[in-house]
Amino acid sequence: MTEKKPTAAAPSAPKTPIWNNPTFRSVAFQAIVLMSVAAFFVYIANNTLTNMAQRGIATGFGFLDLQAGFGILMSLIEYDETHTYGRTFFVGLFNTLLVSFLGIFFATLLGFIIGIGRLSRNWLIARVAAAYIEIFRNIPLLLQILFWYFAVLSALPSPRNSLSLLDLFFLNVRGLYLPAPQPEPAFTAVSVVFALGTISSFFVARWAHKRQDLTGQQFPVLLTVLGLIIGLPILVFAVTGFPLTWDMPRLQGFNFRGGLSVIPELVALLLALSIYTAAFIAEIVRAGILAVSHGQTEASFALGLRPTLTLRLVVIPQAFRVIIPPLTSQYLNLTKNSSLATAVGYPDLVAVWAGTTLNQTGQAVEIILMTMAVYLTISLVISMFMNWYNKKTALVER
Amino acid sequence: MKTLKSLAASVVLLTLSIAVAQAATLDTVKQRGHVQCGVNTGLPGFSFPDDRGKWSGLDVDVCRAIAAAVFGDAGNVKFTPLTAKERFTALQSGEIDVLSRNTTWTTTRDTSLGLNFAGVNYYDGQGFMVKKSLGVNSAKDLGGASVCIQAGTTTELNLADYFRSRNMKYTPITYDKAAETVAGFDAGRCDVLTSDQSQLYALRIQLKDPGGAIVLPEVISKEPLGPVVRQGDDQWFNVVKWSLFAMLEAEDMGVDSKNVDDMKANSKNPAVRRLLGLEGIGGKGLGLPNEWAYNIVKMVGNYAEAFDRNVGTGSKLNIARGINALWKDGGLQYAPPFR
Repeated sequence: MTEKKPTAAAPSAPKTPIWNNPTFRSVAFQAIVLMSVAAFFVYIANNTLTNMAQRGIATGFGFLDLQAGFGILMSLIEYDETHTYGRTFFVGLFNTLLVSFLGIFFATLLGFIIGIGRLSRNWLIARVAAAYIEIFRNIPLLLQILFWYFAVLSALPSPRNSLSLLDLFFLNVRGLYLPAPQPEPAFTAVSVVFALGTISSFFVARWAHKRQDLTGQQFPVLLTVLGLIIGLPILVFAVTGFPLTWDMPRLQGFNFRGGLSVIPELVALLLALSIYTAAFIAEIVRAGILAVSHGQTEASFALGLRPTLTLRLVVIPQAFRVIIPPLTSQYLNLTKNSSLATAVGYPDLVAVWAGTTLNQTGQAVEIILMTMAVYLTISLVISMFMNWYNKKTALVER
Repeated sequence: MKTLKSLAASVVLLTLSIAVAQAATLDTVKQRGHVQCGVNTGLPGFSFPDDRGKWSGLDVDVCRAIAAAVFGDAGNVKFTPLTAKERFTALQSGEIDVLSRNTTWTTTRDTSLGLNFAGVNYYDGQGFMVKKSLGVNSAKDLGGASVCIQAGTTTELNLADYFRSRNMKYTPITYDKAAETVAGFDAGRCDVLTSDQSQLYALRIQLKDPGGAIVLPEVISKEPLGPVVRQGDDQWFNVVKWSLFAMLEAEDMGVDSKNVDDMKANSKNPAVRRLLGLEGIGGKGLGLPNEWAYNIVKMVGNYAEAFDRNVGTGSKLNIARGINALWKDGGLQYAPPFR
């Protein structure tokens, strides 16, 4: 009896039509927007497919399994003419990743050196760094790539007149040839020890850091780590009886065969990308360092820290917060700029996949979509990593 | 309810617009006032801009012939320079009306790209060029060589086939443009430059030392080069096809740009009179004026004139007619009868 509510309470509010209900409205409008966007993309896709079918253009991803039938200058994975178009995608992808990775490494290294050099109190160093920055960031990248490529090419001798060092290293217009290490089975032990050393160094460093935080006692981390990563593997290498032979490059017919070779296309592209991007990174580094207030340095000096320690423990950690976000953009730029490889014939993703493969199969839509997806993925991964790192180094507000 | 109605209406509209068909190319061209023609970025003899930006070449003359047929003015043509990689997409997307860019006619291209080849304006074959100093006299001795090629060409595939079938190794160095390919060869990045033979002669002129390079005698492939149009527009396909045939037929009949007016006035030969639009079907079937072929011959010339001026004895390339002679002179060039 008590559950029964007075009947007058039910129609307390006048009945509103459902489209005047705010919740329904907001949901409905969002649904409509979503549907229109979806409809738009469906329309575009449908339109493309219809038009392509009408014009008799082949569609679909069946071509990935067809034999490619063309050669590629450089491949990190096994490849020859009998492999498939799908394989050429990975050949190009890995070549792009290689040049991006190396480019980011060298650009960062060079950029930090130049950036710090620009702030040097030494007049000459500061001016040279400034000149470097102003020259290299103001010349279009494509011109720099072509310049390095043809400058490097014309400066080097033909294979038969190669420059050689101890008859082990050869440099000519076809590239740089080095002896290639050929590990014997026993070499696995060395690799395992190296891996173990690297992992344990990480823990040693962490432990030492914690101990210093707790007790103030310092531990010779650098020496220990060097011993673990380099000393120990060398020891194992000697104990197992040097299980490594070298494959020497030899002149055979037109070219050098055997050994490792670095093609001039890669060198030119890498030089141009690193030097160009380093100019921007240098300015970012300079800005980052200048952003740390001078009071911090003075306070650090007042505490009795030496200049190197001040830089390492006080200035750089704070500068990093300013440096990381624009540095991320530079890394993304470098990766995307690597697609200019096609100008000098370096077989990157754009040259091999969106170039030759696209042309041989004619399936532009599929191939360009895949290429865009790849660059998007690479960029997002770099971006994610840098954001994670940024969060780690960001100012923690308490 | 209003929103629902408008949504329904927009859906209907969307579906309708999918069905909108492409307009006929000939009408589009006439409306626009010029033919948009895709040519090579720079290949002497075929399509090459001079220092004032005026294009000339055998492929360019095909474009001019089409413009002459459609507008009665060979100047109503604009050129889009394209790399080997860009060419098919440019045509498929409608950016250009016709592709006349030393393009090899192959099954894949004819059947899966949505394109039609409208004939052959140059019968070519792939060859090799090497530096004399290399001391090589035959392509059979090229095992292990580095080879410069242009990306996205049949050349790339033929090269791979040639070396693979002979169990020889090679290193391909693939460039985007002919200019870079030449620069790479000049700098010694590769031992061999491979391309269609006609191109080899053309590219040799651009070398620092043209005399220091020789073209090897082997021809390793068939490369019929010709203009290409989009599939599914038969009227435009016919216009391009017959513009090319008109140049061949004119040579066959002995009509050239110098005597065409005289021929038009005096010739009693019915075949010539049909070609020049004085008798027969004229341009009716093509949707062109009756004097379309007369305009081509008058403004561009016949095939022999175009050949001599651009790649033959009247040019720097100095290529012999060879298989590009008319059928009656022992070559392969042949036009169906005009009647």
